[in-house]
This record gives sequence, C-alpha cells and structure tokens, in this order.
Amino acid sequence: MNNLLRPIAIVMLMLAGAAFAQYPQRAINYVIPFNAGGESDITARLQQPHLEEILGVSVTITNRPGGGGAVSWSEIQRSTQNDGYTVVGINLPHIATQPMERTDTGFTTNDFEFILWFQFTPNALLVRNDSQFQTLDDLIEYARENPGSVTIGGSGSNTANHIAVLQLEQLADVDLTYVPFSGTGPTIPALLGGHVSALMSYTPMSVLQSAQARTLAVASEERVSFLPDGPTFVEQGIDIVGGAYRGVAAPPGTPADIVQTLTEAFEEASRRIAEEQEAMGFVIESYSGDEAMELVERITEEYAAILETLE
Amino acid sequence: MDVLSAALGQLFVPYHLLIIVAGTTVGLFVGAMPGLSATMALAVLLPFTFAMQPLAGLIGLGSVYMGAIYGGAFSAILINAPGTPSSIATTFDGYPMAKAGRAREALIAATIASVFGGLFGVLALLLLAPPLAAFSLRFGPPEYFWVAVLGLTLIGSLSGGALLKGLLGGGLGVVISIVGVSPIGGESRFTYGFPALQGGVELIVALIGLFVIPELLVMAGTGVAALSRSSLDSTRRGIFWPTVKTVLSMPGNILRSVVIGQIVSIIPGAGGNIAGLLAYNEAKRASKHPEEFGKGSIEGLVASESSNNVTVAGSMVPLLTLGIPGAPPDALVLGAMLMHGLRPGAELFSVSGVLTYGFILSMGLSAIVMLPIGLLGGRLIYQAVVRIPPHFLVPTIATMAILGSYALRNSMTDVMIMLVLGIIGYVLKELGFHPAPIALGLILGPIAEMGFVQSMLMGSSLAYPPLKLVESPLSLILVALSVFAIVWPFFTGWRTRRRERTGSA
Repeated sequence: MNNLLRPIAIVMLMLAGAAFAQYPQRAINYVIPFNAGGESDITARLQQPHLEEILGVSVTITNRPGGGGAVSWSEIQRSTQNDGYTVVGINLPHIATQPMERTDTGFTTNDFEFILWFQFTPNALLVRNDSQFQTLDDLIEYARENPGSVTIGGSGSNTANHIAVLQLEQLADVDLTYVPFSGTGPTIPALLGGHVSALMSYTPMSVLQSAQARTLAVASEERVSFLPDGPTFVEQGIDIVGGAYRGVAAPPGTPADIVQTLTEAFEEASRRIAEEQEAMGFVIESYSGDEAMELVERITEEYAAILETLE
Repeated sequence: MDVLSAALGQLFVPYHLLIIVAGTTVGLFVGAMPGLSATMALAVLLPFTFAMQPLAGLIGLGSVYMGAIYGGAFSAILINAPGTPSSIATTFDGYPMAKAGRAREALIAATIASVFGGLFGVLALLLLAPPLAAFSLRFGPPEYFWVAVLGLTLIGSLSGGALLKGLLGGGLGVVISIVGVSPIGGESRFTYGFPALQGGVELIVALIGLFVIPELLVMAGTGVAALSRSSLDSTRRGIFWPTVKTVLSMPGNILRSVVIGQIVSIIPGAGGNIAGLLAYNEAKRASKHPEEFGKGSIEGLVASESSNNVTVAGSMVPLLTLGIPGAPPDALVLGAMLMHGLRPGAELFSVSGVLTYGFILSMGLSAIVMLPIGLLGGRLIYQAVVRIPPHFLVPTIATMAILGSYALRNSMTDVMIMLVLGIIGYVLKELGFHPAPIALGLILGPIAEMGFVQSMLMGSSLAYPPLKLVESPLSLILVALSVFAIVWPFFTGWRTRRRERTGSA
C-alpha cells in the first residue's frame, strides 16, 4: 500500500509545486500594434533588456500593426490566452476614440487588464523658424482675419493632434484647417517645406526639430523639463491639456497577481530608461491599478464630448 | 577634408570592417527571403546598437540595410519573388533570364549594377546632401499626388502590350489598397465586419501572392522547375568577365537609372520600389531593343538593380539633414541615432562630423563588399535552387511564401490574403494579365489618395480648391511629364505606322 501511495504522493506534490511556481516561467510576448521604428516600438525596445533582467525570462517584441492598432487590440481581447505570457502596448486616445468612430474595431476601450501607463507625449504646436507667427497669439490673430487659411498638419484623423486643433478652434473662436498625415514622420517635410502653416504634433517632435522649428505652445499643465522655453497653452490663456499616452495591458481575465508582477516590472524598467526618454521629449508617467482606469475614463469622456460637438 | 580622413581612419579598424562584412551578409540573406524585410532585420538589431558605440551601431544598421535591398534581387531572379518591394522591376527581366538558362549572368549583372547604385548614392550623399534635401522639401501633398499619377502612367509600358488588361489590373491594385482603415477620416473600408481586415493588404503579402503563387502553380502543374536542367548550361566558367563587359557597355543606362533612383529616394515616402519601376520604364523607352524588355533584357535588369540600391544612401539625405525618415528602415536608423543623443541637422555634419561621415563611408564600403559576398552567396543560393528537383522545390518555396507572409505582421490573416491573391493571380495570369500593373496600383493608390485629399483640404479656403493641385511650378512640371508619358506611346505608334505607310507606298 505504502509502495503504491508513495509515487502518487510525489506526483501530487510536484503538481502542487508547479501550480505555486513563481510567474514568469517562460518567454513573454510583448505585442506592439505599430510598425517597427515607431515611437511605441522604440520605447518597447528600450524597455526590453531591462524587463528581461527584472523578470528573469526573455521578452520578445512582436510587431503586429494594422488599423491604427485595432488589429492587435481586437486579437488580445478575443483570442489571446490570459496567462500573462502575452502583453500588448496600448495607446490613448486611440483605444478610446476608435470604438467611437468605427463599429468593427473588434475591441472595447475598457476590456483590458491595464498594467501600466508609463509615458505621456503632450501635444505641441510648432512653426518653422522663419514663420511670421512668433507667438500663439500671432497665429490666432491671423486665423481670425483669414478664416480657414491657416493650415495645421498633424498625425491622423480623430487623434490627439486632431482633437487639440478642434479645441483650439473652439476656445480661440477661429477657423483653422486641419490636414491629417499618416503618422508623425510625413508631417516633418510638410512643415519644413512650408506646405502647412504649422504642425500640431507631440513634444518629441519639438526636441527632434529644435534646430529648424519653434514650439509656440505645449499642451501640458506646466512647462516640461526638456523644453524650458516652450510655453504652455494654459499660460497663454488657452485651456488645452492633452496628448498621447502609451502603456501596456494584458488580455482580459489575466490573474491579478500576474498583472501586479508585470506592473512592478514595467514601473522599474520605465524608471531605468527615464533619463534617455526625457532627453527624447517623452514625459514619464506612472498610472497603474485604479489610477490607470480613471485615466482611461477621463480621456474617454473628454473625447466623446469633443467628437459629439463635431457631428 | 580632414574630417573625411579622420572618418576613414575610424572605419578601417578590424572591428568595424568585421561589422560591415557581417552586416552586409546578414542583410543579403534577409533580403533574399521573401517577406523578411530590411525593416524587420533592423528592428531586431536595434536593441544591440544601444549597447554599442554609436559608430559601430550605425555601421551595423547601414550595412544590413544595404545588403537587404540588394538581396531582394536573388529571389526576384531565381523564383520570381521580389524579396523586398524594391526588386519588383527586377523580376520582369531577371526571372525570364533565369528561365532561359541565364541565371548566373543575371545574378552577376544584378550584383554589379547594385554596387554601382550603392556607390553613387553614397557619393551624392557626401557631396550634395544639403541641396538635395532642400529640393526634397518642395514635395508637398499636391506634388505627391502628381508623382503617383506619373507612376500610374507606367501601366502602359508594364502591361506587355495589353493596355486594357493593364488598366484593369491597375484598377484592381488600387481597389485592393483601399481595404482597411482610411488614412484620412479613419473609417473602415471593405472590411465586411472582420476586425482583422482593418489592417488592409500589406504590399509584400500581395506581391508574394501575385508573383510567387501563380509561378508555383505552373511549376507544380507541369512538373518542370522553371530553371533546372536548362540553366545548368550557364554554370560554365568564364561567364563573369563577359557579363561585366556587357554591364559596363551601357553607361548611359546606369547613369540614367542611378539619377532616377537618387531623385526618387530623397522624396520621403517614395522608395526603391518606385525608383526601380521608373528606371526600368525609362530604360525601355531609351533602349534600341524595347521589344526584349520583359523577356529577359539585361538592360532592364541593370536599370532596376542600379536604381534601387541608390535609395539606401539616398533616403539618408532627408534623414541626416532634416530628421525625416523617408522609408520604414530609416525610422530605425533615426531611433538608433536619437538613443545615442545624435540629432539630425547641420550639427550632425559639423560637431559629430567624424561619426556621420564614418557612417556614410561605411555604406560605401558595404556596397563594395557586396561584390565578393554577392557573387559567392549568389552562387550558393543558385546551386541550391537548381539542384533541388521540382517536387521538393515547389513545397520549399511555398513554405517560404507562407512564412514570409506570416512574419511580416505576425498574422495568419496575411497568409490567407496571400493565398487568395495567389489564386486570383493565377487565374489572371492565365487570362493574360501581368501582375506588375496590379502591384503599381497597390503602391501608388494610397499615395494618390492621400495627396489628393490633403490638397483639397489645404485648398479649402480658396475659391476653387482643386487649383491647389496645380499651384506650384513643380506640380506643373509633373503634370507635363505625365501628359508626355501618356501621349508618347501613341506618338511613336503613329510614327511607325506612318513610316510603314510611306515605306510601302
């Protein structure tokens, strides 16, 4: 009897041991819903070595672009195992606006397990160095006298850039023409070549193009550390605060303790690359747990209100 | 010039030379695999460059990039699969040459043409970067629209005599390109409720389907590999120097092609694919034997391959001077530079001059290194393709096609799209359609749409918005070129007919 029970007991113990084994045990797949070389991708590749060190397993980055992120997000919510071995990069306002404007996105804004929002890029209004607009007021003044003739380029439709231009139109009571481009890259020649009067872009663009372009206003609450001479919209009397947030999420239903482990790992990785990130024009943030959810809710309400006034 | 010699000194250390050789070799094999793109290879490499010295990291990225654009020629010639979009035009004559037993000749010619292209691009980048960058900024949305229109006029010469079928094919390509989320407005188009289709049809996936699958089906159907026994003839020794001589005997063709490649590559968003197609078309227009194009003309092959390799250094012009990533791989080079605190602009050439010129010169070295590596690697790949009997070759290429389609976006949907387009491509091929116009529509449709809608938005405060499209002198020049390209075939046709009439009278 004893002889029969002993192996069974050993097997039971081993199973129990496996169940309590520390997550993570194997490689983690970090899905980036955008092309290699984009800002989301480069941030992930910066985090990658640190995540591997912290978690003790390898982290592979998989670029899965399409539909402005929707292809990956719908897959994560519909058909990815929620065992913590697949996580996905998420972006705001993208996950909030896309389900509002399309019925077939295949994902909903809140159906993620938010791990961490780690990065913020405020909107920034730029003009070429030789532009006639020295200040935000100059631009608004000119736009008031010449309705529709000030063209402002930006990345995509219904994006943070687009919404900021709409807010500027409403708050300053002027008529601007927003010209969407496919991503931030193509907006640079449009600005430098004088094809648009200004760009509504993100702060990394202000840093990248600091030699050739002037930042008229930044949509952050206070001046950002890396642009001490970049005045905010708020201090110029236009109450615009906004931009794009980057973060990471797990599929719905991922166990809370695993999400917690990932939150800590991403927080630490984000801390370690903070200096490089700020030099490139990114603002480091840290919203997890309830705070992450509140951020999503706040942004969703804000954009829903603005998009409603459009229609 | 002190800075140049200092840069050369930095370059000629064993560590850096090793990176150039290794990078070019890796790039070559990545480029030769359909579906594995230069962008992917650079993305995988990027985290490693963070830990490296800035120069070593940039050299690595540059060499892989250079090798990959060239490597696309291998699969284009040997299995009719453009390994990268840049080698679409290489398939037109490269593959027929291979089928006619001239595979080795085609590979050698492609190698020499690529080396010339690569070196020309580097030279232009060294000497003319600021004026070229200033010129590239003249292209705004209206100009992009007209570039796309000019490109679409190539359908006439790419449809192999069947103009109506070519136009239909081009239209089909544009329709395929519309699937997905619209670039302006953000609505879904033709997704039929499938979330996965929001991503649209990726160019490479379509190319693999349209070019490779029909060829495989034919091969499987006849049981004869396109280049097995017959092409063994050309393994004979002594093919190298005659081919070199043939290529060198067309300096006009090479010069024209590299200049086209140079102009196209500095326009952000237009890359090696458009350069190769335009150069091919101009080579055909200028050739004394235009009837050989598409049937194995070495002139067409040289035009495509010399122009597409210019684009590697060419796209560095707007990148290094203005911080504009003109093509997807450039974005990764930019990422590596920013990580090391290097910001594009005039300072890059003055303060960090040694580093920047070292990087530029390393691309030239990479182009030179392509010669021995390409000839050797070409021989190996060629031997492999020829030795394998068709009943093994077909499944091998099919597996590669599936892997390549999947790997691009890690997507099974893309594999399905590839297979569906492959079957459509086979049927169309049987009906006498050439896949090139479809590819052209796919590439240029989105550029035309974007440019048109943006121009109309920009002109919305004008009394008559479409006037925005013809506002700049450059737009007008592009309009004139398009009109010329459309009228020219009719004119030559009319002239031949008249000559025939007067001849017979």
